Amino acid sequence: MASLKDLRGRINSVKSTRKITQAMKMVAAAKLRRSQAQAEAARPYAERMERMLASLGAAVASSPNAPRMLVGTGQERVHLLVVVTADRGLAGPFNTNVGRLARTRIRALEAEGGTVKILSVGRKGATYLKREFASRFVGEVSFTGKKRVEFSDAEAVALRITEMLEAGEFDVCSLLYNRFRSVIVQIPTDQRLIPAPLPEDAAGAPAATGPQAQYEYEPAEEEILATLLPRNLAIQLYRAVLENAAGFYGSQMNAMDNATRNAGEMIDKLTLNYNRTRQANITRELIEIISGAEAL
Amino acid sequence: MATFQLELVSPERLLLARQVEMATIPAVEGEMGVLPGHSPMIVALRGGVIRVRENGAESERLFVAGGFAEVAPDRCTVLADEVTPVASLSRAEAERRLAEAEAAMAGITGEDPAERRDAALARVLSMRAMRDAAEAA
Repeated sequence: MASLKDLRGRINSVKSTRKITQAMKMVAAAKLRRSQAQAEAARPYAERMERMLASLGAAVASSPNAPRMLVGTGQERVHLLVVVTADRGLAGPFNTNVGRLARTRIRALEAEGGTVKILSVGRKGATYLKREFASRFVGEVSFTGKKRVEFSDAEAVALRITEMLEAGEFDVCSLLYNRFRSVIVQIPTDQRLIPAPLPEDAAGAPAATGPQAQYEYEPAEEEILATLLPRNLAIQLYRAVLENAAGFYGSQMNAMDNATRNAGEMIDKLTLNYNRTRQANITRELIEIISGAEAL
Repeated sequence: MATFQLELVSPERLLLARQVEMATIPAVEGEMGVLPGHSPMIVALRGGVIRVRENGAESERLFVAGGFAEVAPDRCTVLADEVTPVASLSRAEAERRLAEAEAAMAGITGEDPAERRDAALARVLSMRAMRDAAEAA
């Protein structure tokens, strides 16, 4: 059985662990509020962008010179996966969930004979996927050390994707990230970026029978789309990064809450053990004294 | 007087959403006045000033650096790249950003893709509009 001194040491160490996890939980909760507000503030733009894109896309998708970002290259051979994860760990299964989703996607795509390229945003996902798929990496971005992610950061990533598309380096681009449902639920999501997904009815029956009013465009549809699509790409990325940040803090808060509780349980158990051992020691000493006295 | 819903959104947040009587927006092919009942349109914007009119008087002037607008009979949604109230534009800041944009433009050679040249030009023009707006304010 462990000596009293050892037990005391262990209790103290678990106590300081609990202090740390408790502090991390508080910090995560504070940051969660901020990043959640930021993610929610970005939502209106993304929603309205989607609406505009839906009506525009329906009008243009069937024309032969529709931009590549809308209709893709017509092939589905080379896939670019943009994997968004957090820069830091200690957040439960948050990063691993996206990593695992990415891994199954990559395996499935390669089994079908496709080529996969990975662009990772966030440090954790990069390290996770590099173990297995280092040769597929085409780039890594991380926002480490930034207090808040600005739209221009997302724009820079979007620009890079646009350049790759123009250079014909991939056919299909998907975005993998944790969607922020609530503080306790984050859903690993696989969202297609290029070719841009159009709402079912709009893609099927172009322009003619849409329920919305017919829009006039100024300048022509194609020209608007040429600027709107890269913007949409940037906004989708921006949204993913923000939701990722909010989800990360939510997940970290939960993980740290659990860790704090577990540490508490551990302390209780160790204290019980400690007290028992102490009692046993006292009893043993008493027996020794009494039997010594009797022997005299 | 009749009103319509004007919404002004930047990627970071929703800046304005309320009933107004008229809005003038800087479309790429010229300034455009939007009144209630306007026929549906989607337009691209250049750098310029959005003027909002409510209760019979001009109530707000906001500079946008570019973006898009969706106009429908009962609403007008502006997706702006960057929004600053004209009153808080600083001339020095505008000059600095104009210089930056011009430097970026000078760095572009004939080999760059046409889209990039257009983007740089649009940026210079929009920054020029920003400086003019700052001067006028």
